[in-house]
Amino acid sequence: MDKYITTPITEEITADLKSGDFVYITGTIYSARDAAHKRMAETLERNEKLPIDLKDSVIYYMGPSPAREGRPIGSAGPTTASRMDKYAPTLLDLGEKAMIGKGKRSKEVIDSMIKNHAVYFAAIGGAGALLSKCIINSEVVCYDDLGTEAIRKLEVINFPVIVVIDSKGNNLYDSSAEEYRR
Amino acid sequence: MIRTIDVCTVTETIKEMCMEANYYLSEDMKLALQESAGTEKSEIGKKILNQLEENLKIAGEEKIPICQDTGMAVIFMEIGQDTHFEGGDLEEAVNEGVRKGYDLGYLRKSVVNDPILRENTKDNTPAVIHYSIVSGSQVKITFAPKGFGSENMSRIYMLKPSDGIEGVKNVIIKTVDEAGPNACPPMVVGVGIGGDFEKAAIMAKQALTRDVNKHSDIPYVCDLEKEMFEEANRLGIGPGGLGGTSTVLAVNINTYPTHIAGLPVAVNICCHVNRHVVKIL
Repeated sequence: MDKYITTPITEEITADLKSGDFVYITGTIYSARDAAHKRMAETLERNEKLPIDLKDSVIYYMGPSPAREGRPIGSAGPTTASRMDKYAPTLLDLGEKAMIGKGKRSKEVIDSMIKNHAVYFAAIGGAGALLSKCIINSEVVCYDDLGTEAIRKLEVINFPVIVVIDSKGNNLYDSSAEEYRR
Repeated sequence: MIRTIDVCTVTETIKEMCMEANYYLSEDMKLALQESAGTEKSEIGKKILNQLEENLKIAGEEKIPICQDTGMAVIFMEIGQDTHFEGGDLEEAVNEGVRKGYDLGYLRKSVVNDPILRENTKDNTPAVIHYSIVSGSQVKITFAPKGFGSENMSRIYMLKPSDGIEGVKNVIIKTVDEAGPNACPPMVVGVGIGGDFEKAAIMAKQALTRDVNKHSDIPYVCDLEKEMFEEANRLGIGPGGLGGTSTVLAVNINTYPTHIAGLPVAVNICCHVNRHVVKIL
Protein backbone atom coordinates (compact mmCIF):
# COMPACT_ATOMS: atom_id res chain seq x y z
CA MET A 1 0.00 0.00 0.00
CA ASP A 2 1.27 3.53 -0.82
CA LYS A 3 1.48 5.93 2.14
CA TYR A 4 2.67 9.53 2.35
CA ILE A 5 4.10 10.71 5.67
CA THR A 6 5.62 13.93 6.97
CA THR A 7 8.27 14.31 9.68
CA PRO A 8 8.41 14.31 12.69
CA ILE A 9 7.48 10.62 12.82
CA THR A 10 5.25 10.06 15.83
CA GLU A 11 4.01 6.82 17.37
CA GLU A 12 0.65 7.46 15.71
CA ILE A 13 2.36 7.44 12.32
CA THR A 14 4.46 4.33 12.94
CA ALA A 15 1.41 2.44 14.26
CA ASP A 16 -0.17 2.82 10.84
CA LEU A 17 2.87 1.58 8.86
CA LYS A 18 2.87 -2.11 7.97
CA SER A 19 5.68 -4.30 6.69
CA GLY A 20 5.50 -4.17 2.88
CA ASP A 21 4.02 -0.65 2.61
CA PHE A 22 5.53 1.74 0.06
CA VAL A 23 6.12 4.99 1.96
CA TYR A 24 7.02 8.47 0.67
CA ILE A 25 8.67 10.67 3.32
CA THR A 26 8.58 14.47 3.24
CA GLY A 27 10.34 16.73 5.73
CA THR A 28 13.59 16.71 7.68
CA ILE A 29 15.69 13.60 8.17
CA TYR A 30 19.29 13.13 9.37
CA SER A 31 22.01 11.12 7.69
CA ALA A 32 24.46 9.26 9.93
CA ARG A 33 26.51 6.12 9.41
CA ASP A 34 29.30 4.16 11.11
CA ALA A 35 31.68 6.83 12.41
CA ALA A 36 28.88 9.25 13.41
CA HIS A 37 27.13 6.49 15.36
CA LYS A 38 30.37 5.65 17.14
CA ARG A 39 30.81 9.29 18.10
CA MET A 40 27.24 9.62 19.32
CA ALA A 41 27.74 6.52 21.48
CA GLU A 42 30.94 8.00 22.93
CA THR A 43 29.13 11.28 23.63
CA LEU A 44 26.44 9.44 25.54
CA GLU A 45 29.05 7.44 27.47
CA ARG A 46 30.50 10.73 28.69
CA ASN A 47 26.97 11.79 29.75
CA GLU A 48 27.06 14.67 27.27
CA LYS A 49 24.25 15.97 25.07
CA LEU A 50 23.89 14.65 21.51
CA PRO A 51 24.31 17.18 18.68
CA ILE A 52 20.85 16.33 17.28
CA ASP A 53 17.44 15.90 18.88
CA LEU A 54 16.38 12.30 18.34
CA LYS A 55 12.75 12.64 19.45
CA ASP A 56 10.51 11.36 16.61
CA SER A 57 13.48 11.53 14.25
CA VAL A 58 14.41 9.61 11.12
CA ILE A 59 18.02 8.54 10.65
CA TYR A 60 19.15 7.65 7.16
CA TYR A 61 22.19 5.37 7.07
CA MET A 62 23.94 7.12 4.23
CA GLY A 63 27.19 8.85 3.31
CA PRO A 64 26.77 10.86 0.10
CA SER A 65 29.19 11.52 -2.71
CA PRO A 66 30.12 15.23 -3.04
CA ALA A 67 27.58 17.59 -4.63
CA ARG A 68 28.27 19.12 -8.02
CA GLU A 69 27.81 22.90 -8.36
CA GLY A 70 24.18 23.88 -8.06
CA ARG A 71 23.09 20.55 -6.62
CA PRO A 72 22.25 19.97 -2.92
CA ILE A 73 23.94 16.57 -2.73
CA GLY A 74 25.67 13.89 -4.79
CA SER A 75 24.66 10.26 -5.06
CA ALA A 76 22.78 9.37 -1.87
CA GLY A 77 21.66 5.75 -1.48
CA PRO A 78 21.43 3.64 1.68
CA THR A 79 24.28 1.75 3.32
CA THR A 80 24.04 -1.64 5.07
CA ALA A 81 22.12 -1.16 8.32
CA SER A 82 23.55 -4.09 10.31
CA ARG A 83 26.74 -2.15 11.04
CA MET A 84 24.64 0.28 13.07
CA ASP A 85 22.95 -2.55 15.05
CA LYS A 86 25.33 -2.11 17.96
CA TYR A 87 24.24 1.52 18.42
CA ALA A 88 20.59 1.54 17.30
CA PRO A 89 18.86 0.31 20.49
CA THR A 90 20.34 3.20 22.51
CA LEU A 91 19.21 5.76 19.92
CA LEU A 92 15.76 4.19 19.73
CA ASP A 93 15.48 4.52 23.53
CA LEU A 94 16.23 8.22 23.06
CA GLY A 95 13.32 8.73 20.69
CA GLU A 96 14.56 7.81 17.21
CA LYS A 97 11.42 6.55 15.45
CA ALA A 98 12.61 5.42 12.04
CA MET A 99 15.76 4.17 10.39
CA ILE A 100 16.42 4.01 6.65
CA GLY A 101 19.02 1.58 5.35
CA LYS A 102 19.28 -1.72 3.55
CA GLY A 103 19.73 -5.28 4.73
CA LYS A 104 18.96 -7.32 7.81
CA ARG A 105 18.73 -6.14 11.45
CA SER A 106 19.64 -7.97 14.65
CA LYS A 107 17.13 -9.38 17.14
CA GLU A 108 18.24 -6.75 19.68
CA VAL A 109 17.34 -3.94 17.26
CA ILE A 110 13.98 -5.50 16.38
CA ASP A 111 13.14 -5.98 20.08
CA SER A 112 14.04 -2.35 20.74
CA MET A 113 11.92 -1.23 17.77
CA ILE A 114 8.89 -3.05 19.18
CA LYS A 115 9.50 -1.56 22.63
CA ASN A 116 9.91 1.96 21.20
CA HIS A 117 7.23 1.76 18.45
CA ALA A 118 9.79 2.38 15.71
CA VAL A 119 10.05 1.24 12.09
CA TYR A 120 12.87 0.18 9.76
CA PHE A 121 12.64 1.27 6.15
CA ALA A 122 14.72 0.07 3.22
CA ALA A 123 15.63 2.37 0.37
CA ILE A 124 16.83 0.83 -2.90
CA GLY A 125 20.50 -0.02 -2.57
CA GLY A 126 22.62 1.16 -5.47
CA ALA A 127 20.11 3.74 -6.71
CA GLY A 128 21.91 6.73 -5.23
CA ALA A 129 21.61 8.95 -8.29
CA LEU A 130 17.83 8.42 -8.45
CA LEU A 131 17.32 8.89 -4.69
CA SER A 132 19.34 12.13 -4.72
CA LYS A 133 16.51 13.69 -6.74
CA CYS A 134 14.24 13.57 -3.67
CA ILE A 135 16.71 15.54 -1.50
CA ILE A 136 16.29 19.30 -1.93
CA ASN A 137 18.66 20.53 0.75
CA SER A 138 21.59 19.17 2.73
CA GLU A 139 23.67 20.78 5.45
CA VAL A 140 26.30 19.36 7.76
CA VAL A 141 25.10 19.56 11.37
CA CYS A 142 28.22 18.21 13.07
CA TYR A 143 31.32 15.99 12.77
CA ASP A 144 32.41 17.82 9.60
CA ASP A 145 35.89 16.29 10.00
CA LEU A 146 34.40 12.88 9.18
CA GLY A 147 33.85 13.95 5.55
CA THR A 148 31.11 11.83 4.01
CA GLU A 149 30.35 10.38 7.46
CA ALA A 150 29.40 13.75 9.02
CA ILE A 151 25.82 14.07 10.30
CA ARG A 152 23.71 15.91 7.73
CA LYS A 153 20.28 17.45 8.00
CA LEU A 154 18.40 16.65 4.81
CA GLU A 155 15.19 18.13 3.45
CA VAL A 156 13.39 15.47 1.45
CA ILE A 157 10.27 15.41 -0.70
CA ASN A 158 8.45 12.11 -1.27
CA PHE A 159 11.59 10.13 -0.49
CA PRO A 160 10.68 6.53 -1.49
CA VAL A 161 11.18 3.71 1.01
CA ILE A 162 9.62 0.35 1.83
CA VAL A 163 8.64 -0.72 5.36
CA VAL A 164 10.78 -3.81 5.96
CA ILE A 165 10.26 -4.18 9.71
CA ASP A 166 7.19 -2.53 11.25
CA SER A 167 6.62 -1.52 14.86
CA LYS A 168 5.12 -4.96 15.62
CA GLY A 169 8.29 -6.68 14.40
CA ASN A 170 6.86 -8.08 11.13
CA ASN A 171 9.78 -8.55 8.73
CA LEU A 172 9.36 -8.32 4.96
CA TYR A 173 12.76 -9.93 4.25
CA ASP A 174 11.61 -13.13 5.97
CA SER A 175 8.30 -13.43 4.14
CA SER A 176 9.18 -12.13 0.66
CA ALA A 177 12.11 -14.45 -0.10
CA GLU A 178 10.10 -17.51 0.98
CA GLU A 179 7.51 -16.77 -1.65
CA TYR A 180 10.01 -17.20 -4.50
CA ARG A 181 12.31 -19.81 -2.91
CA ARG A 182 12.19 -23.11 -4.84
CA MET B 1 63.03 -3.41 -27.90
CA ILE B 2 62.16 -1.63 -24.66
CA ARG B 3 59.17 0.71 -24.73
CA THR B 4 59.23 3.73 -22.45
CA ILE B 5 56.08 5.07 -20.81
CA ASP B 6 55.93 8.28 -18.81
CA VAL B 7 54.13 7.66 -15.50
CA CYS B 8 52.10 10.86 -16.14
CA THR B 9 50.25 8.86 -18.80
CA VAL B 10 49.36 6.29 -16.15
CA THR B 11 48.07 9.04 -13.82
CA GLU B 12 45.93 10.66 -16.53
CA THR B 13 44.54 7.32 -17.70
CA ILE B 14 43.56 6.23 -14.20
CA LYS B 15 42.02 9.64 -13.46
CA GLU B 16 39.67 9.22 -16.44
CA MET B 17 38.91 5.60 -15.56
CA CYS B 18 37.78 6.55 -12.03
CA MET B 19 35.09 8.80 -13.47
CA GLU B 20 34.07 6.56 -16.35
CA ALA B 21 33.64 3.53 -14.08
CA ASN B 22 31.50 5.42 -11.58
CA TYR B 23 29.15 7.17 -14.03
CA TYR B 24 28.59 4.46 -16.64
CA LEU B 25 28.05 0.75 -16.27
CA SER B 26 29.57 -1.49 -18.96
CA GLU B 27 27.31 -2.71 -21.80
CA ASP B 28 27.32 -6.33 -20.61
CA MET B 29 26.07 -5.26 -17.16
CA LYS B 30 23.38 -2.99 -18.63
CA LEU B 31 22.18 -5.84 -20.82
CA ALA B 32 22.13 -8.27 -17.89
CA LEU B 33 20.01 -5.84 -15.85
CA GLN B 34 17.59 -5.35 -18.75
CA GLU B 35 17.28 -9.10 -19.23
CA SER B 36 16.56 -9.65 -15.55
CA ALA B 37 13.83 -6.98 -15.65
CA GLY B 38 12.28 -8.96 -18.49
CA THR B 39 12.28 -12.30 -16.69
CA GLU B 40 11.62 -11.18 -13.08
CA LYS B 41 8.45 -12.80 -11.68
CA SER B 42 7.88 -10.47 -8.71
CA GLU B 43 6.08 -7.17 -9.33
CA ILE B 44 8.10 -5.36 -6.63
CA GLY B 45 11.24 -6.92 -8.09
CA LYS B 46 10.38 -5.69 -11.58
CA LYS B 47 9.69 -2.21 -10.21
CA ILE B 48 13.07 -2.12 -8.48
CA LEU B 49 14.90 -3.31 -11.61
CA ASN B 50 13.20 -0.58 -13.64
CA GLN B 51 14.26 1.99 -11.05
CA LEU B 52 17.84 0.72 -11.29
CA GLU B 53 17.73 1.33 -15.04
CA GLU B 54 16.35 4.81 -14.41
CA ASN B 55 19.17 5.34 -11.90
CA LEU B 56 21.77 4.38 -14.53
CA LYS B 57 20.22 6.85 -16.97
CA ILE B 58 20.37 9.74 -14.46
CA ALA B 59 23.94 8.84 -13.44
CA GLY B 60 25.17 8.83 -17.03
CA GLU B 61 23.37 11.99 -18.11
CA GLU B 62 24.23 14.10 -15.08
CA LYS B 63 27.59 12.54 -14.21
CA ILE B 64 26.43 11.61 -10.71
CA PRO B 65 27.93 8.35 -9.39
CA ILE B 66 25.63 5.35 -10.00
CA CYS B 67 26.08 4.55 -6.30
CA GLN B 68 27.34 6.86 -3.55
CA ASP B 69 29.77 4.11 -2.54
CA THR B 70 32.26 4.83 -5.29
CA GLY B 71 34.40 2.15 -3.79
CA MET B 72 37.94 1.41 -2.86
CA ALA B 73 39.97 1.69 -6.05
CA VAL B 74 41.02 -1.81 -7.09
CA ILE B 75 43.44 -1.87 -9.99
CA PHE B 76 44.87 -4.79 -11.94
CA MET B 77 47.99 -3.81 -13.89
CA GLU B 78 49.36 -6.27 -16.41
CA ILE B 79 52.72 -4.88 -17.37
CA GLY B 80 54.51 -6.13 -20.46
CA GLN B 81 58.05 -7.15 -19.55
CA ASP B 82 59.47 -4.99 -22.36
CA THR B 83 58.13 -1.80 -20.74
CA HIS B 84 60.12 0.79 -18.87
CA PHE B 85 58.44 3.49 -16.77
CA GLU B 86 60.05 6.91 -16.40
CA GLY B 87 59.18 10.23 -14.81
CA GLY B 88 58.52 9.05 -11.27
CA ASP B 89 57.36 6.26 -9.02
CA LEU B 90 54.74 4.02 -10.69
CA GLU B 91 52.75 3.29 -7.54
CA GLU B 92 52.62 6.98 -6.65
CA ALA B 93 51.48 7.74 -10.23
CA VAL B 94 48.62 5.26 -9.87
CA ASN B 95 47.55 6.78 -6.55
CA GLU B 96 47.81 10.29 -8.02
CA GLY B 97 45.39 9.18 -10.75
CA VAL B 98 42.95 7.95 -8.09
CA ARG B 99 43.40 11.17 -6.10
CA LYS B 100 42.65 13.35 -9.15
CA GLY B 101 39.83 11.20 -10.47
CA TYR B 102 37.97 11.08 -7.15
CA ASP B 103 38.42 14.82 -6.61
CA LEU B 104 37.52 16.07 -10.09
CA GLY B 105 34.75 13.50 -10.52
CA TYR B 106 32.88 14.37 -7.31
CA LEU B 107 33.37 10.80 -6.15
CA ARG B 108 33.14 9.77 -2.52
CA LYS B 109 36.30 9.38 -0.48
CA SER B 110 35.73 6.16 1.40
CA VAL B 111 39.21 5.11 2.53
CA VAL B 112 40.53 5.28 6.10
CA ASN B 113 44.26 5.37 6.83
CA ASP B 114 44.30 2.44 9.23
CA PRO B 115 41.80 -0.37 9.89
CA ILE B 116 41.73 0.34 13.64
CA LEU B 117 42.56 4.06 13.90
CA ARG B 118 40.20 4.85 10.99
CA GLU B 119 40.98 8.39 9.88
CA ASN B 120 39.65 9.21 6.42
CA THR B 121 42.50 9.91 3.97
CA LYS B 122 40.16 12.39 2.20
CA ASP B 123 41.39 11.48 -1.29
CA ASN B 124 40.38 7.80 -1.56
CA THR B 125 44.00 6.64 -1.65
CA PRO B 126 45.73 4.31 -1.39
CA ALA B 127 44.39 2.03 -4.09
CA VAL B 128 44.62 -1.76 -3.92
CA ILE B 129 46.95 -2.60 -6.80
CA HIS B 130 47.62 -6.06 -8.23
CA TYR B 131 50.64 -6.10 -10.56
CA SER B 132 51.51 -8.89 -12.91
CA ILE B 133 54.34 -9.10 -15.39
CA VAL B 134 53.34 -10.47 -18.79
CA SER B 135 55.05 -10.83 -22.16
CA GLY B 136 55.14 -7.97 -24.66
CA SER B 137 55.31 -4.20 -24.26
CA GLN B 138 51.69 -3.27 -23.54
CA VAL B 139 50.28 -2.18 -20.21
CA LYS B 140 46.72 -3.33 -19.53
CA ILE B 141 44.96 -1.48 -16.72
CA THR B 142 41.70 -2.77 -15.26
CA PHE B 143 40.01 -0.34 -12.89
CA ALA B 144 37.33 -1.91 -10.70
CA PRO B 145 36.16 0.28 -7.81
CA LYS B 146 34.62 -1.98 -5.17
CA GLY B 147 31.77 -1.06 -2.84
CA PHE B 148 31.86 -2.58 0.61
CA GLY B 149 28.21 -3.45 1.20
CA SER B 150 28.82 -6.48 -0.97
CA GLU B 151 32.54 -6.82 -0.16
CA ASN B 152 31.59 -7.41 3.49
CA MET B 153 29.42 -10.38 2.45
CA SER B 154 32.31 -12.12 0.61
CA ARG B 155 33.79 -15.30 2.07
CA ILE B 156 36.78 -17.62 1.71
CA TYR B 157 36.67 -21.33 2.51
CA MET B 158 39.58 -23.74 2.75
CA LEU B 159 37.76 -26.94 1.74
CA LYS B 160 39.18 -30.45 1.77
CA PRO B 161 39.91 -32.22 -1.54
CA SER B 162 37.27 -34.81 -0.51
CA ASP B 163 34.63 -32.06 -0.44
CA GLY B 164 34.93 -31.96 -4.24
CA ILE B 165 32.66 -30.04 -6.57
CA GLU B 166 29.63 -30.56 -4.32
CA GLY B 167 31.49 -28.79 -1.50
CA VAL B 168 32.29 -25.92 -3.86
CA LYS B 169 28.64 -25.62 -4.92
CA ASN B 170 27.49 -25.60 -1.29
CA VAL B 171 29.75 -22.73 -0.26
CA ILE B 172 28.88 -20.61 -3.32
CA ILE B 173 25.14 -20.92 -2.63
CA LYS B 174 25.60 -20.47 1.13
CA THR B 175 27.55 -17.25 0.55
CA VAL B 176 24.92 -15.81 -1.81
CA ASP B 177 22.11 -16.80 0.56
CA GLU B 178 23.78 -15.19 3.57
CA ALA B 179 24.61 -12.05 1.58
CA GLY B 180 20.89 -11.65 0.86
CA PRO B 181 19.54 -8.09 1.03
CA ASN B 182 22.79 -6.71 2.50
CA ALA B 183 24.69 -7.02 -0.78
CA CYS B 184 22.29 -5.02 -2.99
CA PRO B 185 21.00 -7.85 -5.17
CA PRO B 186 20.84 -8.71 -8.02
CA MET B 187 24.48 -9.58 -7.41
CA VAL B 188 27.39 -10.62 -9.55
CA VAL B 189 29.33 -13.49 -7.98
CA GLY B 190 33.07 -13.86 -8.56
CA VAL B 191 34.57 -17.19 -7.54
CA GLY B 192 38.19 -18.31 -7.32
CA ILE B 193 38.81 -22.03 -6.93
CA GLY B 194 42.30 -23.42 -6.28
CA GLY B 195 45.70 -21.78 -5.82
CA ASP B 196 46.29 -20.94 -2.18
CA PHE B 197 44.60 -18.62 0.33
CA GLU B 198 45.32 -15.28 -1.37
CA LYS B 199 45.39 -16.60 -4.95
CA ALA B 200 41.79 -17.79 -4.58
CA ALA B 201 40.69 -14.36 -3.31
CA ILE B 202 42.47 -12.47 -6.10
CA MET B 203 40.97 -14.82 -8.71
CA ALA B 204 37.52 -14.20 -7.27
CA LYS B 205 37.97 -10.45 -7.57
CA GLN B 206 39.36 -10.82 -11.10
CA ALA B 207 36.38 -12.98 -12.06
CA LEU B 208 34.13 -9.98 -11.31
CA THR B 209 35.91 -8.02 -14.04
CA ARG B 210 35.05 -10.58 -16.72
CA ASP B 211 32.03 -9.71 -18.90
CA VAL B 212 28.92 -11.17 -17.31
CA ASN B 213 27.80 -12.69 -20.61
CA LYS B 214 31.06 -14.62 -21.11
CA HIS B 215 31.62 -18.07 -19.67
CA SER B 216 34.80 -19.93 -18.75
CA ASP B 217 36.63 -21.77 -21.56
CA ILE B 218 36.94 -24.85 -19.34
CA PRO B 219 33.87 -27.04 -20.05
CA TYR B 220 33.17 -28.18 -16.46
CA VAL B 221 33.69 -24.63 -15.12
CA CYS B 222 31.33 -23.23 -17.76
CA ASP B 223 28.71 -25.81 -16.68
CA LEU B 224 29.29 -24.94 -13.02
CA GLU B 225 28.78 -21.23 -13.77
CA LYS B 226 25.46 -21.97 -15.46
CA GLU B 227 24.31 -24.34 -12.71
CA MET B 228 25.21 -21.89 -9.93
CA PHE B 229 23.41 -19.08 -11.77
CA GLU B 230 20.22 -21.16 -11.94
CA GLU B 231 20.47 -22.36 -8.37
CA ALA B 232 21.26 -18.93 -6.87
CA ASN B 233 18.22 -17.54 -8.66
CA ARG B 234 16.04 -20.16 -6.95
CA LEU B 235 16.95 -18.72 -3.51
CA GLY B 236 14.10 -16.20 -3.81
CA ILE B 237 16.13 -13.21 -2.51
CA GLY B 238 15.30 -11.07 -5.54
CA PRO B 239 16.02 -7.40 -6.36
CA GLY B 240 16.72 -5.39 -3.21
CA GLY B 241 16.26 -8.60 -1.21
CA LEU B 242 12.50 -8.09 -1.34
CA GLY B 243 11.76 -11.40 -3.03
CA GLY B 244 11.95 -12.49 -6.63
CA THR B 245 13.70 -14.54 -9.24
CA SER B 246 16.60 -12.16 -10.04
CA THR B 247 19.09 -12.74 -7.24
CA VAL B 248 22.26 -12.98 -9.31
CA LEU B 249 23.10 -11.57 -12.75
CA ALA B 250 26.05 -13.91 -13.29
CA VAL B 251 28.43 -16.32 -11.60
CA ASN B 252 31.97 -16.00 -12.98
CA ILE B 253 34.48 -18.62 -11.89
CA ASN B 254 38.27 -18.69 -12.29
CA THR B 255 40.43 -21.69 -11.38
CA TYR B 256 44.13 -22.40 -10.77
CA PRO B 257 46.20 -25.47 -9.86
CA THR B 258 46.37 -26.14 -6.13
CA HIS B 259 48.14 -28.23 -3.48
CA ILE B 260 47.47 -31.98 -3.00
CA ALA B 261 46.04 -31.19 0.45
CA GLY B 262 43.76 -28.30 -0.43
CA LEU B 263 40.68 -26.93 -2.16
CA PRO B 264 40.51 -23.17 -1.51
CA VAL B 265 37.29 -21.44 -2.62
CA ALA B 266 36.86 -17.66 -2.46
CA VAL B 267 33.49 -16.08 -3.20
CA ASN B 268 33.62 -12.34 -3.89
CA ILE B 269 30.15 -10.83 -3.93
CA CYS B 270 29.46 -7.70 -5.96
CA CYS B 271 26.23 -5.70 -6.09
CA HIS B 272 24.45 -4.85 -9.35
CA VAL B 273 26.84 -1.88 -9.69
CA ASN B 274 29.65 -4.16 -10.87
CA ARG B 275 32.05 -1.56 -12.24
CA HIS B 276 35.07 -2.27 -14.39
CA VAL B 277 36.87 -0.35 -17.08
CA VAL B 278 39.82 -1.59 -19.14
CA LYS B 279 42.43 0.55 -20.90
CA ILE B 280 45.53 -0.50 -22.79
CA LEU B 281 48.61 1.72 -22.89
